Amino acid sequence: MTDVATFDKFKACAIDVLQVPADKVVPEARFGDDLDADSLDLVELVMALEEAFNVTVDESELEGIETVGQAYELISAKL
Amino acid sequence: MSGDGDATTTGRVVLVTGGSRGIGLGCARRFQSLGDTVAVTYRTAPPPELAGPRPEDLDLLAVPCDVREPAQVESAFAAVEQALGPIEVLVANAGVTKDMLLLRMGEEAWNEVLDTDLSGVYRVVRRALGPMVRAHRGRIVLVSSVVAFLGSPGQVNYGAAKAGLVGLARSLAREVGSRNITVNVVAPGVVDTDMIASLGEQRVEQLLAMVPLGRKASSADVAGAVAFLASDDAAYVTGAVLPVDGGLAMGL
Repeated sequence: MTDVATFDKFKACAIDVLQVPADKVVPEARFGDDLDADSLDLVELVMALEEAFNVTVDESELEGIETVGQAYELISAKL
Repeated sequence: MSGDGDATTTGRVVLVTGGSRGIGLGCARRFQSLGDTVAVTYRTAPPPELAGPRPEDLDLLAVPCDVREPAQVESAFAAVEQALGPIEVLVANAGVTKDMLLLRMGEEAWNEVLDTDLSGVYRVVRRALGPMVRAHRGRIVLVSSVVAFLGSPGQVNYGAAKAGLVGLARSLAREVGSRNITVNVVAPGVVDTDMIASLGEQRVEQLLAMVPLGRKASSADVAGAVAFLASDDAAYVTGAVLPVDGGLAMGL
């Protein structure tokens, strides 16, 4: 899968789970401030990403993840 | 949800753990009478009515599940979801007792009861929650006990587990309120079940003497409270503990 395709798949998950418009899901977007996501939204997103990409994300890995770009890096590094 | 103006919610998928007898079976029958599709889990034996030749006539799906085993919890939920669809109402009712005075209560008796009555609820609630969060809809009712508040000699393990459910429910209610999921507790008192019978006649008489309503509860009495907490009428009730004890522990 190309990087573009991977990001698109990631983005689709975020749009679906967070119910945000596609143009807001950009690498620098902050989950809390820009996407209005609460902690439960983020848990949901992680679960959706785990399922979509067939990876597992440990709770400790989520520490400090605040932007779309950071989350994408975390997931793509596992592929 | 039906739109016929009836205040009672119907047509949901309901799962009751420990639903082969006692309070659990009473709850299952109540939800069925409301028009819900109901599944129960059982550990020791399926509901007696289902032993007959045509269980499908009873419209009650019974799946085996020892809530101490995470793998069994997963397979039970998967079986119910596959057969009936997403679970909208969870009644965490499965529980056991192993009564003895604390001085005699070894690790095994403590752990067995905590593992079923408290950790088992953690397991089924956690498994049920994901789909509810995604659906932005759900009802969770935990079956605690008057023993959580009143105490009962010989039931240090059971009392601890049942009190633990209250803390579990309240924290979880705060976690998932934004998703339109309510988490409530019923605290039954002396209910006419096998579990109460195991206390012995003398202890039951003793307890009944303290019950203002002067009688045991039936499983249906408890089921009515559970059905209320799972209904649309209780949409604004979460983190609550509803005693169904005939007044036995009022004010505690």
